[in-house]
Parts: sequence; structure tokens; C-alpha cells
Amino acid sequence: MTQYLLSVHGNEEQYAAVSEEEMQRAFADVDRFNQQLQSDGVWVFAGGLQGAETATVVDGRGESPVFTDGPYLETKEHIGGFWIIDVADLDAALVYAAAGSKACQGTVEVRPFQSEPPADA
Amino acid sequence: MQVEQRTAEAAAGVEQVFRAEYGRLIATLVRRFGDIDLAEEAAGEALLIALEKWPVSGVPPNPGGWLTTTAGNRAIDRIRRERQRDTKHRAAAMLYDDTPPEPTGPVTDDRLRLLFTCCHPALAPEARIALTLRLLGGLTVAEIARAFLVPETTMAQRITRAKRKIAAAKVPYRVPEAEDLPARVDGVLTVLYLIFNEGYLASGEGEPIRAELTGEAIRLTRVLHQLLDEPEVTGLLALVLLTEARREARVRDGMLVTLADQDRGGWDRALIAEGHTLVRECLAIGRPGRYQVLAAINAVHTDAPSTAATDWTQVVALYDQLRRIDPSPIVALNRAVALAELDGPSVALAEVEALGDRLDGYHPWHAARADLLRRLGRSAEAADAYLAAIELTDNGAERAYLARRRGELVGAER
Repeated sequence: MTQYLLSVHGNEEQYAAVSEEEMQRAFADVDRFNQQLQSDGVWVFAGGLQGAETATVVDGRGESPVFTDGPYLETKEHIGGFWIIDVADLDAALVYAAAGSKACQGTVEVRPFQSEPPADA
Repeated sequence: MQVEQRTAEAAAGVEQVFRAEYGRLIATLVRRFGDIDLAEEAAGEALLIALEKWPVSGVPPNPGGWLTTTAGNRAIDRIRRERQRDTKHRAAAMLYDDTPPEPTGPVTDDRLRLLFTCCHPALAPEARIALTLRLLGGLTVAEIARAFLVPETTMAQRITRAKRKIAAAKVPYRVPEAEDLPARVDGVLTVLYLIFNEGYLASGEGEPIRAELTGEAIRLTRVLHQLLDEPEVTGLLALVLLTEARREARVRDGMLVTLADQDRGGWDRALIAEGHTLVRECLAIGRPGRYQVLAAINAVHTDAPSTAATDWTQVVALYDQLRRIDPSPIVALNRAVALAELDGPSVALAEVEALGDRLDGYHPWHAARADLLRRLGRSAEAADAYLAAIELTDNGAERAYLARRRGELVGAER
């Protein structure tokens, strides 16, 4: 089994323009999708994020950490939420990603996690 | 001298066998070891051993079996060596290997799994083509780079990156489930047809036709046809055979010869007969698709003794059917070209003009328009259209043909 990050990427201006009714439907659909992930036994973790304007960038590489207001990348598209699932292979992950994308009405990027180190490490 | 020549011949014979067996060999090794790089390295080592032994002891009765056994042993040796050197690293890499081979339904040829892996929709289209030619066709990276006119390092990176994604993201190594099969088969057929077309109307300044690509596309389509009983697969095989049958007549003296002017006596009758049988076979199933309809159109053309004697009503009817399956402007353009033979160039030109905003950057649109204008006696406009087509074409034989046509127009010498 492999864990995959399914991250939702979208334009926050477009999100703001979504009607209350559509928003409520997306919430309900995502809720149903989350329940599906759990009953299929592939759920690891999931969450929706606050807007990118709430982000803080931290650079701790130097002597004292530097804090900067705002998201890491100055783009229009930001990650809005994500799921982590544990499935057999990419085909299975893509099927869930398609269903998740439909539920939240956003584009989903699928990325595998690095495999865990062997048990005797 | 004689000995050297005999050695060279023997080596060429070994390489021929190796090339023919390569796809099956790699596919079996990937299933067994779950690692494409390891499979390729082991296959390469087996080739070196064969080159050493076969010229002396003769080609074994079952060369494919011999190569599989030898390469399998090499792979095991390699795993042992690497395990001693770096136990932990290797153990991590071998995690992918812990599942027994899954049944693939009615067919169990490993090449089918490999084909679906190479043509996986999660890979970039150009990577799918390169991987298919490398792993199933057994072409070298240098050969593929040459065929697609990119530097060898670029092609090597493209292939390496795709293989890394297959391993890291776990692109599965299996034939898709029944409900996903039609869409995934379509993806495989697209790759095979792209390979064929790149050979049949090669881009760039090199050879106008690259027979190694058309030949490889046909060979792989034949393999797929043996393994998978799907009418669209049969349709594609018929289509490429009926197209390939006209190859010799299609370029003469470095110049493209259009269907109307081709020496029909120079068409390959054996390929045409085989293509016609396949077209009948797949259409009888009653599940038509784009490749079957394209094959049927080519069957009508290859059935006719001349352009004039071609059943154009049938051709236009088939394009109508194709348009319902694929409503693209390119299909509409091809239909309009056929319509010219039925309803005349004026009716056809009106249809072609209507596609202008969508096909302005597509050289066949300009070429078709130029031809229709020429037939209508609108020479000055035809000359301009030929020029636009020439500027957008990089196939040398096609440029030569278009330039000749343009040169024939009075008042368009320059």
C-alpha cells in the first residue's frame, strides 16, 4: 500500500464568487466523500485550510528564524485542502482523486509519499 | 576477412532475435522483479552473453526462453550483489515486489500489462510514446531520439523521468478492469497511431517517411491484436495496414504523390487483402469506433481502381459516421475534401472556408483550400493558399509537392 496526498488547488477569488447554495452542496458532497474514504478503509487524514492570506512563512535556516506574512508563493492559485489516503496503486488513487475533485468542485493534485523505511531501520 | 564477415552476420542475427523477443523479455522481467531498470539491465547482460555464445554454439531452439532464463539469473545476481552492498536500501526498493502476479483475465501475456503501463494516462503523451518504443519495441534511446528529432540526452531524460514516476507513484502493472478497459485501450491505440503517423508523415527535415516507425507501430499493433479481442484494435490494425500498403507509391523522387495520382499498381496487394479482411471482421461485430470507420474509408480507397471509380458516396457516408463519433474540425475537413468529388469543389470550398477560424494553423487546411481554389480557376487565391500551406509544413516531400502545384499555376512563378 502507498499513501498519496490529494491536494485541492484553486483560485480563491473564484471560490469567493461561489454561491451559498453551491457552497453548501460542495460541503455535503465532501462530507459524503470523506465517509466513503473511511468506510473503504483508505482514509488517513484530511482537512480544509483557511485562506492563503492567513499563512505565515517561516525560515528557520539562519541563526534566528525569519517570519513573513503571507503564503510561500505569490500566485493566484493556492492549496485549499487535502486528503491523505492509503491505497494499492496510482490507479486507485486517481479514482478517489476524481471523486474528491467532483465533490469539492476543485482541481486535485495526486502525489505519492516516499515509502516508509523498512521495519529494521 | 571471411571469419569477420561471418561473425558480423551472426551478431546481426542475434540482435534480430533479441529485438523480436525484447518486449516479451522485458515484460516478463518487470512482472518478476517489479523494477523496469533492473529488467533492462538484465536484458542487456543477457544480450552480451548471447552475442558471445550463439555464434559459437548456434541459436538455441527456444531463444526467447533462453534469454528469459539468462536475464532472470542475471537479475537475481544483481539483486544479491546490491543487497550485500546496501541491505536496507535494496529492501526498500524491493517492497514493490511482494505481490504475486495477478491474473489478467483471459490473456496473461505480460506484454499487455507493460503496454498499459507505458501508455498510462498519468504519463506525458511524449513519454508514453518513448517508453512504448523503448520497452516494447526494443528501440535504443538513440534511435528514438533520432526518430523524433530531439537530442539523445533529452530523450534519455524523458524516459528516465517517466520510469521514475512509474516506480515512485506506483503506476500499476496490470491490464485494467473491464469497466476501465475501453478508455485505456483507446489511450494505447492513440500512442500506436501517433507512432505510425510520425513515421508516415515525418516532421522535420529528415526522411519524409520513416519506415522504422511505421513498421514498429504495425508490429506492436499486431501484438495487441493477438492479445486483445476488441474491434477498435482490429480497426487500427486494418487502418495502418491499408495505409502502409500505399507507402511505396506515396513518395516518389522525394515528392509526395497524392491519392489521386498514385501508381495503384505499386500498392502492396497482400497488405490490402489482409486489411480488407480485418475491416470486414471488425465491422461485423457491430460496435463501430473511430479506427474502424477510418479503416473502412481506407478500404473503399484501396478497393477502387482509380479516383474516378471510387465510391465517393460511401466515403462521404463514412465521414458522416466518423463525425458523429469525433466532431473535430479535422474530420470535417477530410469530409469536405471527399465531398468535392461528389458535389464539386464549390460546395466543398464553402465547407472548408467555414473551418478557417479553427484550422488556420493546420497545414492540411491550407493545402485542401489551395487545391479547391485551383480547381475552381481562382489561381491567385490558390497560389496564396499554397504558400501558406508550404510555410506551415516541415515535411520535405510535402513541401516539394505543394511547391510544384503552386509553380503550375500561371502567374505564380515566384
